[in-house]
Amino acid sequence: MARILWTGVAAAIAASSAVVWAQQKSSAEGIAEYRAMLADGNPAELFEAKGEALWKTRRGPKNASLEACDLGKGPGVVKGAFVELPRYFADTGRVQDLESRLLSCSETLQGISAADTAATPFGRGEQANMEALVAYISAASGGMKFNLPQGNPEERKMFELGKRAFFYRAGSHGFACASCHGDAGKRIRLQELPDLTKNPGNGIGFAAWPAYRVSSGELWGMQRRLNDCYRQQRFPYPGYGSDVTIALGVYMGVNAKGAESVAPSIKR
Amino acid sequence: MKQQHPLLFAAVALIVSVAGCAAPAPAIDYDAATQQMMKSSFRDQGIATVDRLQQDEADAACSKAQGAPLPEAQRVAIEAANMKTVRMPSDGQFLGDWKVGEQLAQNGRGMTWTDASTATSSNGGNCYNCHQISKAEISYGTIGPSLYQYGKLRGVTDPASPAARPIVEYTWGKLWNAKATNACSGMPRFGHNKLLDETQLKNLMALLLDPKSPVNQ
Repeated sequence: MARILWTGVAAAIAASSAVVWAQQKSSAEGIAEYRAMLADGNPAELFEAKGEALWKTRRGPKNASLEACDLGKGPGVVKGAFVELPRYFADTGRVQDLESRLLSCSETLQGISAADTAATPFGRGEQANMEALVAYISAASGGMKFNLPQGNPEERKMFELGKRAFFYRAGSHGFACASCHGDAGKRIRLQELPDLTKNPGNGIGFAAWPAYRVSSGELWGMQRRLNDCYRQQRFPYPGYGSDVTIALGVYMGVNAKGAESVAPSIKR
Repeated sequence: MKQQHPLLFAAVALIVSVAGCAAPAPAIDYDAATQQMMKSSFRDQGIATVDRLQQDEADAACSKAQGAPLPEAQRVAIEAANMKTVRMPSDGQFLGDWKVGEQLAQNGRGMTWTDASTATSSNGGNCYNCHQISKAEISYGTIGPSLYQYGKLRGVTDPASPAARPIVEYTWGKLWNAKATNACSGMPRFGHNKLLDETQLKNLMALLLDPKSPVNQ
């Protein structure tokens, strides 16, 4: 129902945007108006509510909730955790982003296989639960500034690897992340592209995800965002929670230091 | 065994600690670690297979430069190597139909893991994603330079004339392999990487250079 409603609203606004363009307003202004209208009543709130319930509900073979999960600020602390991820976790010996951390917690506490969830297509089964959880956890840091820790050598190593992955050109088209996100003020068609080599501003780029996508009625976490970037980059398929996705998260997150998170945001 | 070699152990310990003082932590080989990370992070999906992660000399050098200019000698060598790959049209005809070229320029499809085939017929040119081309299309990207009035601004009134030949060949080379004239160009190598065939490239050539094309009005 929500999806039908929002698709209809999006179509109506898209049509009115076309009129706006015809009236010689700049396309950027038209898109800004469209986004402002969308933000008034973001359906991501529905995902947040589901995520909060999932966090507190006893589930899985071990019939446990996620409330003892340490997202970096101590077991059970949700507020403020998102704007410090990815970070190093001593218990797994890995730098983890929100989603790979949730895989670990879910496996350890609830007995839900991390490998099975990672292999599940986006939007289905445990992946649908993951969408709701990242909406809830990111929302708890709404308006807070990104401040990823870089004190651990593994965190600094992942930043360096993420930077190299960002500039890694390959594939049929020779594209890298930097092809679209290495300069300020660029567009693909009418879509403005954030410069992710620096802090592109509050609520822009890294600070805008997870996000509700009006076009598909889905809530996308950073893993899905990166996955679709790599699809359009004509690369092979990045594993869910794979090192390259986490390294890129560290690189973009450290670059976004001081940017206010508006996640979960709303996108066309 | 243990008792026979206390001095040896002490000596080894000393050497290790001295070496440790001289050279603190061994520097991480980030380039090797990056290759390892890329290899372990991706898998095949449909037509998008992991062999795509292999970089040729140009992609490797430009990745490593991270947006900075290449050393002059390396730039020249990469451009020369890519220039050698450019194949001029087999029948000597450079221009096709600008109307078909416009459709191809609008088409951003091809070569992703959700595309069914790697055949050139399944691929678009992706041109409007990055370039302004005709005046009528307002939904254009700005990663590449504007190509509006491409031929007109270069004085091309008859693309078949000897006077137009240098710009016609240059443009063909750009489409075939943009790194032949700009080592770290961000533009896909449409001919070289078999993204578009000769007929498709000719239609794009016409869009850019035909005096009747809307691009040159």
